[in-house]
Amino acid sequence: MIKRSLIFGALVALLLGGCVGQTPAASPPAAQELQVLTVMTHDSFAVSAELVQQFEAENSVKVNFIKGGDAGTTLNRLILTSLSGTPEADVFYGLDNTFLSRALEQDLLEAYDAPALAQIPAEFQLDPSHRALPVDYGDVCINYDKAWFQEHQLPVPQSLEDLTKPEYAGLLVVENPATSSPGLSFLLATIATFGEEGWQSYWQALKANGVVVVSDWETAYYTNFSGSSGRGAQPMVVSYATSPAAELIYAETPLTEAPTASIVADGACWRQVEFAGILKGTQKRALAEKFIDFMLSQPFQEDVPLQMFVYPVLPAAKLPEAFVQASQVPQKPATLDPELIAQKREAWVQAWNELMLK
Amino acid sequence: MKRSENKRVLRAALLWLLPAAFLLVFFYQPLFAILRLAFSPAFDGGWQGASAAQVLKPLGFTLWQAALSTFLTLLVGLPAAYLFSHFDFKWREALRLLSLLPFILPTVVVAACFNTLLGPRGWLNLGLMAILNLSEPPIRMLQSLPAILLAHVFYNTAIIIRLVGSAWSRIDQKLVHAAQMLGASPWQAFREVTLPLLLPAITGASLLVFLFDFTSFGVVLMLGGPQFATLEVEIYTQALYMLNLRLAAVLSLVQLACTLLVAWLQSRASQPRYGKAAVSAERANLRPARSAGEKAFIAVMVILLVMLILTPLLSLITRSFVTLEAARGERGQIQTGFTLRYYQELFQNRTGSLFYVPPIIAVRNSLVYALLTVVIATILGLLGAYALNQPWKANRILEPFFMLPLGASAVTLGLGFLVAFRQTAWSSMPFPLLIPIAHALVALPMVVRTLLPALRGIPSSLRQVAGTLGADEPRVFREVDLPLLLRPLLVSMVFAFTISLGEFGASSFLSSAQTPTIPVAIYRYISQPGALNYGQALAMSTLLLVVCGMGIFLIEKIRLPGEELF
Repeated sequence: MIKRSLIFGALVALLLGGCVGQTPAASPPAAQELQVLTVMTHDSFAVSAELVQQFEAENSVKVNFIKGGDAGTTLNRLILTSLSGTPEADVFYGLDNTFLSRALEQDLLEAYDAPALAQIPAEFQLDPSHRALPVDYGDVCINYDKAWFQEHQLPVPQSLEDLTKPEYAGLLVVENPATSSPGLSFLLATIATFGEEGWQSYWQALKANGVVVVSDWETAYYTNFSGSSGRGAQPMVVSYATSPAAELIYAETPLTEAPTASIVADGACWRQVEFAGILKGTQKRALAEKFIDFMLSQPFQEDVPLQMFVYPVLPAAKLPEAFVQASQVPQKPATLDPELIAQKREAWVQAWNELMLK
Repeated sequence: MKRSENKRVLRAALLWLLPAAFLLVFFYQPLFAILRLAFSPAFDGGWQGASAAQVLKPLGFTLWQAALSTFLTLLVGLPAAYLFSHFDFKWREALRLLSLLPFILPTVVVAACFNTLLGPRGWLNLGLMAILNLSEPPIRMLQSLPAILLAHVFYNTAIIIRLVGSAWSRIDQKLVHAAQMLGASPWQAFREVTLPLLLPAITGASLLVFLFDFTSFGVVLMLGGPQFATLEVEIYTQALYMLNLRLAAVLSLVQLACTLLVAWLQSRASQPRYGKAAVSAERANLRPARSAGEKAFIAVMVILLVMLILTPLLSLITRSFVTLEAARGERGQIQTGFTLRYYQELFQNRTGSLFYVPPIIAVRNSLVYALLTVVIATILGLLGAYALNQPWKANRILEPFFMLPLGASAVTLGLGFLVAFRQTAWSSMPFPLLIPIAHALVALPMVVRTLLPALRGIPSSLRQVAGTLGADEPRVFREVDLPLLLRPLLVSMVFAFTISLGEFGASSFLSSAQTPTIPVAIYRYISQPGALNYGQALAMSTLLLVVCGMGIFLIEKIRLPGEELF
């Protein structure tokens, strides 16, 4: 018995020792000379280790990333912490056009006229004051399960209106715009398409046609959607235009063709543009500028698609093969004035809530 | 007389010192900081006050589902506690250990498990459709109130089994036998002898289950669906999506007030009224089944527990080893086959991402946090339980405040941590240390709840005898209290360990991106489309189950020299 507890004690000591040994390793004395640049991002942020290491070496800096939740959560977290004093980070990446106005209103960011802006198309430059600089974009579209539609010999819907037809009853799953960012994007697409007067009656028709509402993307995609590994009941889901490419790249066995595709009809998708910016009050302005330049540089822009499944804003950046093959880019995605979104978002979400969940 | 009274108060105050300081610094301070911010003029814009409906509707639903869930959990948990504390049967230890595992699973994984079992294309529906020749899945219970209730029972039955079972196994059967000898029927003996002795443990365990259900978040969001909102879900939505921090703060206060009220009621109900009863050693009550009735009871309970707890776990584990690949572009037949691909893939950083987590590192991070949590929560919990056990009037008022961290909204507290610990000296300390501290905040009430009934059950005569025989206080603690407290102490260590391993919110909120835990890694996989990502999330979850199972196994193997004497 004593032996056993000794072994256990030794194990505990070993593990704790491992932890204690870990702490100094993380901050060696030499590291104190290195500057630390803190970057706040949303959870979906990813980048090649190699690129970041290169940036760190070139600028003798250590980049510390904080993941603050999804896009909305991260922004609100920054607003809260900046209200209570200095900002939590030097650079913020992951602001999108649905939250753009709020960030500008709260005066979170400092302007920076990055040289690379000259090469970025004007359609992405939604902030003329250059406080929020576009980095990438992606479209929230309805994904469908190709095999399902083939098996049931049903034509794929060609517009948002089609979704209210009886043959598509109960086939679509969407996310709650109050708790999910693709859910909010889809709501905005319907408002852009049907106008401020018409969107509610459109949703009423969707509701009558048995649209399924869940709280988050994970549930929608992996529990309800029939085209994913979860093999759910709905063959259509609100997801991203790049999801079919991800299905191809992350397939279990190499596939010749993606099992899903997106409905990219005019006005059926919502374009999310993601921005980066320098947080107001940073002590490391010069380094922060360098990091923004780094995000707009060709190597980073070409890294973006496979890391985050979004498109680079830099036209010169080359796209990976799977993107060209499986990801569709809508010709006319829906858009709304960021100002209008900022004013109405809560009211719209509230109205949607009353309409759909009561 | 007066002197000894003063001494007692001093003693209680000294015992209180450390746990109270911990709670003040790490719980009440951040809570206060965020509430102050919420009610500051910065959040005045457009505030029209909370309407009664905004508060009462989520409150009503929260209370209703928590009460119902707790009742159902007791319904399963109490017979199970009886089973584990009285009968020795094959696989008893394994089943007892397995029953704790749901506790650590992230909700997103539980949702996936339930889906593979009960979903529209789950095997239960597929089976029923095949047998009954139906064209539509007959069971539609995901995204409904029953799904919420089922998940709560799935998660929390272990609390009842451990807490009540531990108390039940320490009741001296001689008392029950004596009652029966004096002519009491088994039912009378149970009602008059066992139940009163068991009541503090039952109410304590029910309180914990109630509070866990009361602050339920992920289960309601993912399994219940958007038409259900508990206070916690509303707080999250209001604070982080609507930036209506003030409404979130109001809701948080309502939630805290309810917690305090429930904790206070519980502490009233669980005051031991029957004095101290003799206690017996852990396994003394264990015996094989004798009558056919007992055998049937064991069989029914084992089957029930296996169905409730084991099948979802098994479906998860199986799925992590099985491909369901079809040439899906054209979808011919779905081919199933054994695969280790998901596990192999875990060890590869395919895209060279900076945020790739080698499984070993995630396991190490999780274990380090879990062990620190166990150390912090056990030491503080032990001190706290002793403090509460002192005959001091203020204790009655102070006790509920110990439970409060369980009822605090994770979002509110998380934001409080961010606001409170960035400006001060704390910001210079490595941020991840706040993670085990946050975990310990949740674990502390569990530890106190587990130890207190046991501590109150130790007859003071034992201590007095030891004292008269010349033992000093440390020795009395070592040789009288500790052996009697060892079991409950291990129970609370197991809880602290599992709470920390499975915790996701604080870990993702407070860690910098480079020190992820296993649950954080699971979320990273499952938040991306692709069969491989899904498979890796399940493989990582299986890994979490294995790590947790091994940890619990090791903790339960701790023995004190000479413990068998009791």
